[in-house]
Amino acid sequence: MGTAPASRDVTSYGMGLAAPLALFFLFFFVAPLLQLLWLSLHNDTAGLHWGLGQYLHFLTDPFSLSVLGSTLLLGAEVTAVCLVLGFPIAWLYQRVGPKLQTVIILIVLLPLLTSVVVRTFAWIVILGRQGIINATLQSLGVIDTPLKLLYTQFGVVIALAQVQMPLMTLPLITALGRIDPNLDDASCSLGAGSWRTFFKVVLPLSLPGVIAGCTLTYAAAITAFITQSLIGGGQMLFMPMYLYQQASTLQNWPFASAISIIFLLAVLAVVSVFTTLGRLSRGYGGA
Amino acid sequence: MAGRKRTLEAFSFEFVMTVIALIALIIIIAPSLVVLIVSFTSGFSLRFPPPGYSLRWYAELWDAWQLHFAAKNSLIVALWATGLSVVLGVAAALAISRSPTLSARLLDSLFMSPLVLPALAFGLAALMLFSLVGLPVSPLTLVIGHTVVCVPYVVRNTVAALAQLEPTLLESSAVLGASRLYTFRRIVLPLIRPGIIAGAFIAFMSSFDNVPVSLFLRDAATDMLPIRMWQDLEGKLDVTIAALSGVLIIATVALVAVMERVTGLSRRLTN
Repeated sequence: MGTAPASRDVTSYGMGLAAPLALFFLFFFVAPLLQLLWLSLHNDTAGLHWGLGQYLHFLTDPFSLSVLGSTLLLGAEVTAVCLVLGFPIAWLYQRVGPKLQTVIILIVLLPLLTSVVVRTFAWIVILGRQGIINATLQSLGVIDTPLKLLYTQFGVVIALAQVQMPLMTLPLITALGRIDPNLDDASCSLGAGSWRTFFKVVLPLSLPGVIAGCTLTYAAAITAFITQSLIGGGQMLFMPMYLYQQASTLQNWPFASAISIIFLLAVLAVVSVFTTLGRLSRGYGGA
Repeated sequence: MAGRKRTLEAFSFEFVMTVIALIALIIIIAPSLVVLIVSFTSGFSLRFPPPGYSLRWYAELWDAWQLHFAAKNSLIVALWATGLSVVLGVAAALAISRSPTLSARLLDSLFMSPLVLPALAFGLAALMLFSLVGLPVSPLTLVIGHTVVCVPYVVRNTVAALAQLEPTLLESSAVLGASRLYTFRRIVLPLIRPGIIAGAFIAFMSSFDNVPVSLFLRDAATDMLPIRMWQDLEGKLDVTIAALSGVLIIATVALVAVMERVTGLSRRLTN
């Protein structure tokens, strides 16, 4: 604090450098969202009559509420699957040499950078009537008629879990890398078994990473328009497709705006719950 | 006896964790391999394993002018959006990275928020604003929309690179009489360049792959590749799409390999 302003100047840059991006965001990010909010508070398409009609419509319509509910549930299921599968990858990463570490990272990273349409398409090939799972089960004589895997909740969850797995695994790897390995040894030498050490020491200390991973995975899973619509098919409707149908096919912009705002608020609520948990866990972990 | 119980217990833990990890890694990698194999089929369906192997669908891809058109559009928009993201994002990262002020924290949250907010809602909002001010959908509106959702990657990676920069380097440079611009060009920029490149790479890939924003901001004249593929897949299961997927997978692997060399991408994303 006591340093002269002159010496501080050379290591930091003026806030003016942030002005172009701030203005860009003001015009093309904040303004559109405000316009969205403004239109959602109108009862007619032209935006002449103020009112909460769009929100009342959504919140009293069992169909709309069920779409919201199934979207939030889908996010929870995908996040749970990603956590259960992603944590062991992060654990394994800490156990292997640098060469294998790079291999694991690249395996985790590649899907993140591969086109979502391509990844989803792959699941159509795997889950389809003539897909790998059905072909294998049929040739083994386990089933006679192909199982319906595509266009089911199971199919959507497993495909989304694969698509979003990197978002869970990367923060977990970071978090586990920050845990002092001596703690693990100390716990074991004091008589706690491996399972107990894992649940009582490793898991609590990695909570910041778990929460960061869950936030990213959840937010990405519920907005994953392509995977939801291609694997879920026409019968399963989630918020992004509902929004798109209302806006594009039906041209009902005020209602689509209200759906967007409700969806935004739902995501923000989930993210802030996770952030609060994250703050608490940092106090708990002491790291 | 107790010792044996301990080792059995430790073994059961390591066994379960390793097996789940391997299953998870297979689940991650399998879909891409499956698509790659199916794309070389000689048959007309997506049956796995293929009845025979050929390059016919790759040859088919050669004549698919609709896909060429969409790919060209996606490439142009992604290049412009990446360029704009780098210029705006690096400048903003320089401003907010070392500043402890509240306004810097708030700007940081604002610039990161497109990562968590539903992009589809932003796409609709942007379309409504553009139509309100009378700007028709065009490559320009696509570039603007894509820049909003891609710039967070550049900001985040540049801020991370700046955080590892020794402030003493800048001070010594200043003491030795270098101007701020000279110090920036000769010291700061070379040191943070890998971070900027990594951010630009991720921004480029996410723009090229963007669906939710393009969905609202494009029309027939500005068809985008992921949307073209999605609409083709909704209609029928075309093996040409498998060949295109094969091309995209191989291109991604090659680009990631180059980026790993140039920027150490894998370390960057786990630190």
